[in-house]
Amino acid sequence: MYETTYHRAGSVEEAVKLMGEADGGKFVAGGQTLIPTMKQRLAAPDSLIDLRHIADLKGISVDGANVRIGAGTTHYDVANSADLKAVCPGLCSLASHIGDPQVRHMGTIGGSISNNDPAADYPSAMLALGATIHTSKRDIAADDFFTGMFETALDEDEIVTAVSFTAPDACAYSKFPNPASRYAMAGVFVAKGGNGVRVGVTGAGNDGVYRWSDAEAALSSDFSAGALDGLSVDAGDMMEDLHGTADYRANLVKVMAKRAVASAG
Amino acid sequence: MSKVELTVNGRAVSAEVEDRTLLSQFLRETLNMTGTHVGCDTSQCGACVVHVDGKAVKSCTMLAAQASGSEVTTIEGLAAGGALHPVQAAFKEHHGLQCGFCTPGMIMSAVDMINRYGGKLDEKTVRAELEGNICRCTGYHNIVKSILAAAEEMSGAAKVAAE
Ligand SMILES: Cc1cc2nc3c(=O)[nH]c(=O)nc-3n(C[C@H](O)[C@H](O)[C@H](O)COP(=O)(O)OP(=O)(O)OC[C@H]3O[C@@H](n4cnc5c(N)ncnc54)[C@H](O)[C@@H]3O)c2cc1C
Ligand code: FES
Ligand code: FES
Repeated sequence: MYETTYHRAGSVEEAVKLMGEADGGKFVAGGQTLIPTMKQRLAAPDSLIDLRHIADLKGISVDGANVRIGAGTTHYDVANSADLKAVCPGLCSLASHIGDPQVRHMGTIGGSISNNDPAADYPSAMLALGATIHTSKRDIAADDFFTGMFETALDEDEIVTAVSFTAPDACAYSKFPNPASRYAMAGVFVAKGGNGVRVGVTGAGNDGVYRWSDAEAALSSDFSAGALDGLSVDAGDMMEDLHGTADYRANLVKVMAKRAVASAG
Repeated sequence: MSKVELTVNGRAVSAEVEDRTLLSQFLRETLNMTGTHVGCDTSQCGACVVHVDGKAVKSCTMLAAQASGSEVTTIEGLAAGGALHPVQAAFKEHHGLQCGFCTPGMIMSAVDMINRYGGKLDEKTVRAELEGNICRCTGYHNIVKSILAAAEEMSGAAKVAAE
């Protein structure tokens, strides 16, 4: 790891200010992506601004169907929130399968969506739930937030403060984990609610997370796994790497979508 | 440089270190506590697991400066007054280690999972919970056996204490 200077922010305002004073700084939340990346010297921020001690960024509030999750909430806390489980169990299940227990104790939802790894789990849920991403500057619809592999609409000095959404009537996530890394080879989040059926796909697309609109249309008229039988996924839109070919991923997307629909019921 | 202040196994420690110092490095090289192992140094193997404020984390994936102000428990902090912790004793009894390299992390993860699940651990849960701990020797069978035995003993002891 190259040298860096560590700063601990006590508030969102202070973190933004520290970022303004830094010359190529980065925010660090759980550090479960950024620290390994710095150790590989793929990132070399001159300053690290730690968000983990900002109390305002933490916690989950559920008011009827309105859900708000602070950006600094760990995967572990999302997985184990009884309030959230009561209205949106699919998201708890998703969080409980991220990485391993140690990663879940540190990693945060804000860090995961800001990083927008093409194989990360949360981005698919944010798209399918039609979530709003709240930042230190504005509110951004999930559809406008994820702009490509490792790309988001965030400015350098912009902090995700929370995500919010209306709990769907039914939802589920199904992931085919890479057997070594546990990141998604294909992960599909299906949600059925006030804004129809939405399907978010991660791990597979060659431009990062996306919505599968054909599946959304088919499921809107018939919310059953069988409704997807006639659909096919274009392998030309899929990632291809040593873990799997594009054809393999195209097939996985459909299989995961069917499993998600079946378990959403 | 950062001033890092921690409580490690109940003892207050403080040192000035480079900001980029990992918690694993701080424990091993600054405090000379080499019980915490570094296997992969890439967040995969779990040999470096310690507890920070009661939660199991990979100490190679956290800066010492990030942990400053926290309570840290390492493998050296488990045995009380020379008597092995029940999880350590179970690993010994059930042959839960061969070369021993992964063992500090395995045991710290095991204690964490028993704390969270109490007596409700079953084999499937233990195996899923060991996702972040890699062992090149044992094939895991005896590690799982050791953890289940320790969990049973610890919940039995808790029941006796509560009665
Ligand atoms: C062994 C291992 C296995 C993993 N497996 C999975 C998996 O199966 N699925 C999965 O989805 N992920 C997985 N991850 C990644 C994990 O979920 C990370 O926690 C997550 O990607 C990043 O969250 P973080 O809080 O650790 O962010 P950090 O690493 O602290 O930051 C990541 C990036 O986001 C930025 N950032 C952080 N917080 C904010 C904020 N509030 N506002 C703006 N920018 C911010 C940082 O500047 C940085 O660029 C794994 C990680 C490891 C080490
Ligand atoms: S040394 Fe930390 S996970 Fe391997
Ligand atoms: S006992 Fe040798 S690595 Fe586990």
